[in-house]
Amino acid sequence: MKPSTLREVLRAALPPAFTFVLAIVLWEGAVRAFAVPRFLVPPPSDVLLTAWLERATLAGALLTTAQGAGLGFLLSASLGTSLGLVFSLSRWLERGLYPYALFLQTVPIVAVAPLLVLWFGPGLRAVAVSAFIVSVFPIIANTLAGLRSVDPRLSDLFRLYGASLADTLLKLRLPTAIPSMMTGLKVASGLSVIGAIVGEFVAGFSEGNAGLGITVLSAYRQLRTDLLFAAVLLASLLGLLLFALVSGLSTLLLRRLRAPG
Amino acid sequence: MIEPGSFVALLGPSGCGKSTLLRFISGLETPASGSIAISSDAGEAQSNARTKLAFVFQDAQLLPWRSVLDNVALPLELQGASRAQARERARAPLAEVELSDVHERFPDQLSGGMRMRVSIARALVTEPSMLLLDEPFAALDELTRQRLDERLRKLWQARRMTVIFVTHALAEAAFLAERALVMSRRPGRIVLDHALQLPEERALDLRTNLDFVAQTALLYRALQQHGALDDAAQSA
Repeated sequence: MKPSTLREVLRAALPPAFTFVLAIVLWEGAVRAFAVPRFLVPPPSDVLLTAWLERATLAGALLTTAQGAGLGFLLSASLGTSLGLVFSLSRWLERGLYPYALFLQTVPIVAVAPLLVLWFGPGLRAVAVSAFIVSVFPIIANTLAGLRSVDPRLSDLFRLYGASLADTLLKLRLPTAIPSMMTGLKVASGLSVIGAIVGEFVAGFSEGNAGLGITVLSAYRQLRTDLLFAAVLLASLLGLLLFALVSGLSTLLLRRLRAPG
Repeated sequence: MIEPGSFVALLGPSGCGKSTLLRFISGLETPASGSIAISSDAGEAQSNARTKLAFVFQDAQLLPWRSVLDNVALPLELQGASRAQARERARAPLAEVELSDVHERFPDQLSGGMRMRVSIARALVTEPSMLLLDEPFAALDELTRQRLDERLRKLWQARRMTVIFVTHALAEAAFLAERALVMSRRPGRIVLDHALQLPEERALDLRTNLDFVAQTALLYRALQQHGALDDAAQSA
């Protein structure tokens, strides 16, 4: 790494790291100074200690949730881009189906989660479908917007040379759409973890594989707030990790396409 | 009636329908009434003649994710040539616009003038018998524009394809064309059809020549008489 890039990394990483440390110190100090009961707000040192002691349970739960969220994300990435593509090819299909795709976005997922258990059985499948429902719409919408954003004069150029539908799609529309599709995927990556946790609240019990959602619920019932904090923290980190993976992929792809952003 | 192999400049105020006329000729749009007939040398059908036609837009309109060579090869690919074949045939027109040495670069690594040259090479790659240009150099600075005008004129002299060049720059029209058509403001009609009396060989310093100035003035008066130049007065 060149010294200049190292300096850039430090410049980007130092301020948030500083806020983080400051917040932790203030939190710890405040909880101790005002003698806040631990079941209300545990001090960060407790959360860290519990996370270490329960590392086996938490790691298992993290893995289970990661599977549900990952599977759901892959589902919405493949189905979402396909649906966006289909909608872009036919105005008629778009008018007929888009409102129902929007319905996926507005449906209260907590309310339909029991249905998912009935249809898909408890466990991974219901959790993945829940993650899928929550994360698919941004992918459809962004894919569609991207495919529609082609410069009309470039379309003219392709038309002038009698380009086939496949050529127009592969050599013009898809490359144009990729930056927008990547935005949709990034939004969806974080959402899929949220969808998985919600799914687990209702459908998470199966063959002893409890995800982070279940950990949160049982920690709450036992008033083990420190464990609850640890699980919530891990769920957020999982979302961040997925987001970072998709972002990295997106940066590589966009650089290849020489697209801004 | 435009003679095969001639270089025609189409002049007129904005909104008079110059660009629309080009779109009709290229078949990108169909006129509500009237018709456009294009005959090719071999007497082929019109649809066939149109495949020998190329269009240069106002901006270079290159694909940013394709290298210079691949951009020039694009029309051949779209017409069904294999990628390797298309690339091979793209080298010649790229050499004609003197950009062979940058064929691996991408559009964002080129200047505006170079991008426009790539765009011209892309238009030439199918060896069109008719080249339509819609204010191609309007966004470039004056010096770059004059150099591109000179280059275009040389390309035409070498290839003798039919060129229709839309512009609203009088001097550019006079420098480039054999014949200038001036259109009036709405409704757009052709108000002057003038064969330019200028030498075949035109160097950059032609623009300082008195004959050249006289020819430009003639076009200017035609535009002025038909209300083309008082846009500002009318909209105020």
